[in-house]
Order: sequence, then structure tokens, then C-alpha cells
Amino acid sequence: MAGVIYVAYLNGYAPAWADFLTEAIAESFAPEPVRRFEAELDLAPAYASERRQYHATLILAALLRRLPEAGSRMVGITSVDLFIPVLTFVFGQSQLAGAAAVVSTYRLRSQFYGLPPNEGLLLERTIKEAVHELGHAFGLVHCADQSCVMHASSYVEEVDLKSAEFCAACHATVCAPAER
Amino acid sequence: MKRKILIVDDELSVRKSLEEWFLEDGFAVETAEDGTAALRKMDVGPFDIAVIDLKMPGMDGITLQKRVREIDPNAAIIILTAYASVQTAVEALKLGAFDYVTKPVDPDELSSTIRNALRQRELTEENVHLKEKVTELGQTGPIVGTSPEMLRVLELIRTVAETDSTVVIRGESGTGKELIARAIHAQSRRRFFPIVAVNAGSIPETLLESELFGHEKGAFTGAQYRRKGKLELAAGGTLFLDEIGDVSPKMQVDLLRVLETKRFTRLGGNQEVTSDFRLVCATNKNLEQLVADGVFREDLYYRVNVFTIRVPPMRERREDILPLARHFVDKYARAMGKPALPITPEAEAVLLGYRWPGNVRELENAIERAMVVGKGPAIGEADLPVHVGDHDRGPNGISLAAVEKEHIERVLRETEGNVTHSARLLGIDRATLYNKIKRYGIRR
Repeated sequence: MAGVIYVAYLNGYAPAWADFLTEAIAESFAPEPVRRFEAELDLAPAYASERRQYHATLILAALLRRLPEAGSRMVGITSVDLFIPVLTFVFGQSQLAGAAAVVSTYRLRSQFYGLPPNEGLLLERTIKEAVHELGHAFGLVHCADQSCVMHASSYVEEVDLKSAEFCAACHATVCAPAER
Repeated sequence: MKRKILIVDDELSVRKSLEEWFLEDGFAVETAEDGTAALRKMDVGPFDIAVIDLKMPGMDGITLQKRVREIDPNAAIIILTAYASVQTAVEALKLGAFDYVTKPVDPDELSSTIRNALRQRELTEENVHLKEKVTELGQTGPIVGTSPEMLRVLELIRTVAETDSTVVIRGESGTGKELIARAIHAQSRRRFFPIVAVNAGSIPETLLESELFGHEKGAFTGAQYRRKGKLELAAGGTLFLDEIGDVSPKMQVDLLRVLETKRFTRLGGNQEVTSDFRLVCATNKNLEQLVADGVFREDLYYRVNVFTIRVPPMRERREDILPLARHFVDKYARAMGKPALPITPEAEAVLLGYRWPGNVRELENAIERAMVVGKGPAIGEADLPVHVGDHDRGPNGISLAAVEKEHIERVLRETEGNVTHSARLLGIDRATLYNKIKRYGIRR
């Protein structure tokens, strides 16, 4: 049986569109079973006070410890701002060909760029980033196809430009049993 | 093929996070905690991009950058620093760093810096390959000849070029063996990579070793810098090893090992280097005899003697003499800025009458000389070297057997190798002709 993908909303983060996100991930990774999950993590060790951000790699480590069963994967959804030491920020991070991924909505919100809130746009961006990071967990690297969800995006306009779908080649890799 | 990136930073968290970032981008990533470890990694193979932290204990980033550029002048170096300082940035860029980024760096800035560095690297590589290609095109002349012997050689070149097999080109001195090797390379899938020629017969053994395998800095007196050997320079392409019959017994052992593993170490080094090249070698010696005499290793003989091309001497392709002479007239006319002179019928007769023991090279030299000394509107008998005109006017130096062999060859050519017909024309029976063909080693 294929491993379950858990969509984990961290520390009480409960956006109104949470179920829509879970369903969208289920569509992208069908027939993998996808389940909603609530997780309380101790984020204090991941907090860097001088940057007022959270170390994404440490959150990944905490998520790995919460995996309900072996063979499953988990993507954490959080509203806190994430970083890795060498970069100013990341939208998300994952273990390449691993079990855990994390996505932050902090810089996906329109308000961050001085614009009015737009929940529909935030959902669309979060779907793209969650599918993208889970794609890495399935072993995919960045894709040169600009419309593929695995295309690299280092600023929010790039997230908007790509689609939420895998290109044919990336989709084939995600679906290939040998790659699991 | 994955692009390779080297990350050098003393902070583990920076190394780890950059490694993950670049792995997701599809790079092959290596990390090093200091300059010494970085140089060790570079010994194993080149990197497309090196991301180097400026401040590290021991060797700092600027010193490491200099060392990296000594090893690989085309590596794209990106300097990382926690302290934005115009002075160090300018210094790094002056020393040839591609760019300079301050930690923590904006993801977009890092992505575009890497993209631009890769673009530069690709352009540099393309430039190097194009230069090599232009040089190679300049060095590879066309193979002139429509004689059945040469048409067979051309067919063999086409056949073997598509494969990766080792080729031995055999032929007398001056028959154009290197031209054949270059033609094989030019028609092979390796044609966009270099063909590197080494003449084993003209280099002393000690120098040949360094020439082929390269050396590390300090490997011997005068080795001030690391130098790549011809085996490394031929990576992706073809190594043309001329006069393989003259290679010393010790070099034969080393060569055999390289051919079997494609791995070797530079002189004075202990890191193995890998190089994917195709070997084409040439000789004017009888390799089988050298093996029988114990001068040439039998295992190396079997390793290199996969496919043989025999280049016929000039005397076996006499119908190519005039086309070749006209080709050389055109060649030297272009080089000397002179008109391409015609060749008088008398001079043509002299060219056809001579045996050309020095083969195509001798013919080329004779035509070059004629183009230099000739003052008339055509190349005449007097413009050719004296010995060419004198040689075949009398029977001096030519044995009866040689005359008989040449006559049989001519008749066989005229009858397109038909032995029965040839025997009738020669006035001998078929069995006698067979025996003579065998005795003289005549190829039909």
C-alpha cells in the first residue's frame, strides 16, 4: 500500500481553506491517500531572535519525529516566517527524497507586499508551494518547464507565474513505483 | 549531465543549507569545511562553480580563490561573506571571481547569480571547444585519392569512426597516418572535443611520461605548476599516439593500465584522475615482429590492435599522384598568395615515373619546393627536385623482383583484381600468379 501523505497544520494554524488545500494535494498525488493532521510542535528551538524567523531545517526535524507511521510523508503548513542560514528567507523546505516538508504562508500573503488580503490567491500559492515541496520529498528536483509546479520560484511573482500542476515528466516520476 | 558545484564554508549550517538548496536545483554538490579540503576535492575532478566563504580559519577565501583559478582557470567562483566590504569585493572581483554575495542572501539574488555564473561557464566552454574545432579544422586536410586502395581506407574510416574502438593505423613513413586519425576523430561522436596528438617516437621516455600523465607542482625540478597531461586534455575526445611501436617497456605497462581503467595519477600526485578518451595509434613498425622479439608487450598489442587500417604507400596508389600534386599546388598557392600554376605534361610524366619512397610527404615537399623555385607560368620538369627526375630514367637501385611486383600490381588494378584475367595478360598460368601474389604480399 502506498504511504499516506499528512497535511499537518502546525500549532493551531487553521485557515478557512485548509480542507481545500488537503483536497488539492490529494488530487496532485492521487492515488496516494492524503489526510489532514493537526500538530503541536515546540518551535522555540527553531526561533532565531536576531532574525525574528524560524529555522526551517529544525522544523523539518521536529516534523519527522511526529510522523505517525513509517513510509508516510508529512508537509507542515505554518504561518511563521522561515529561513535557512544562508538565505534571507524560504517559502518552504523539504528533505529531497525524504519524508518531511514544510511550507510557510508568511510571505505568500498579499498583505506582506502591502496589498489587501486575498484568501483565494493565498490558497492558490499555498497549494503550489505545498505540492512543490512534497515533489522534492518524492525525489523531484527543479524543473526547467516554466509552467510546471516544480519550476524554482524564489519570489512570489514566480510562484504566481507557474501552474499548480506537474509537467508530464515530473508527473511520471511521482507516479513511478520504483522512485518511491 | 549534472553540473557540479563546490561549497566551501567553515560553518556546517551554511554548508548544509546551501547543499540542500543546490541539490533541489539538480546540481551534483560537494562541500568542504576549509581550503585544504576544497583543494583535495578539486583533485578528483573539476567543478563548474565554486561558492567560497571569504573568512575561514587557515586559508582565507581570497587565497583559495587564487589556488582554484590556478587549477581550473575557467571555474566560476562566487565569494560569500557575512561582511559587506567594498574593498574585499573589489579584490575578489579583480582576482577573477564571477560575483560576490553577502550572507544571508536573498534567494532570488542567489538564483540569478548562479544562473549567470553557469551561463558564463557554458560560454567559456563553448568558446574553448570552438577554438579547438577551428584549430582542428585548420589542421585536418582533406584526404585526396580515388584509387581503390584509398577508397577502401575511406570506407574503413567511416566504419570505425562511429564506434569507440581503439584503432591502429599502419603504413610507411609519410603516408599520412595522422591525417587518417584526424579524419576518424572528425567523423566520430567525439568530434566536438579535442584530438590530442603525441609522438611517442620523438619524445624521451622521461618526458613522455610527464607529457601523457601530467604532473603535480613540485613533482620534479622545474615543475612549478600543476600541468595536465595529454590523457587529461583528450577527455571526451581522441588521443592520437603516433609511433606506438617506439614506446618503452615501462610506458607500455602504464599505458595498458590506463587503457583498461581510464584512470591514472599525475606524476608526483596520489589522486586518481579519470579521463574518457578514444585511442587511435599509428606505427610504421611491424608490431607482430616486435611482439615476437619481446620488445612490445603482447597484452598491450591485443588491447590496441582492435581495428587496423593500413594506409597504402604511394607506389600502390599511383593514380593518386597527379590529383595529390594538384591538391598541393592549390594548397601552397593559397598559402603563398600565388596563382595555382598548372603542371606541364613533362613534369607530370616525371611525377608519375618516380617511386616516391617518402610517400605523400615527399610529394608534398617536392610540390612546395616547385612552388617556391618555379618562375614560369607552369610547374616544369626543372622545378622538381633533381632526384625525382633522375630516379626512374634508369634501372639503378630497382630489383627485378620490385619491377615484377609493381607490374603485377598494375595489371591487377587494371583487371580490378581478377586473377584469371590478369594471368592471361601477364602470360603466366593462374597458379604461378597466385604464388607471386603471396610471395610479394600483394593486396588485391
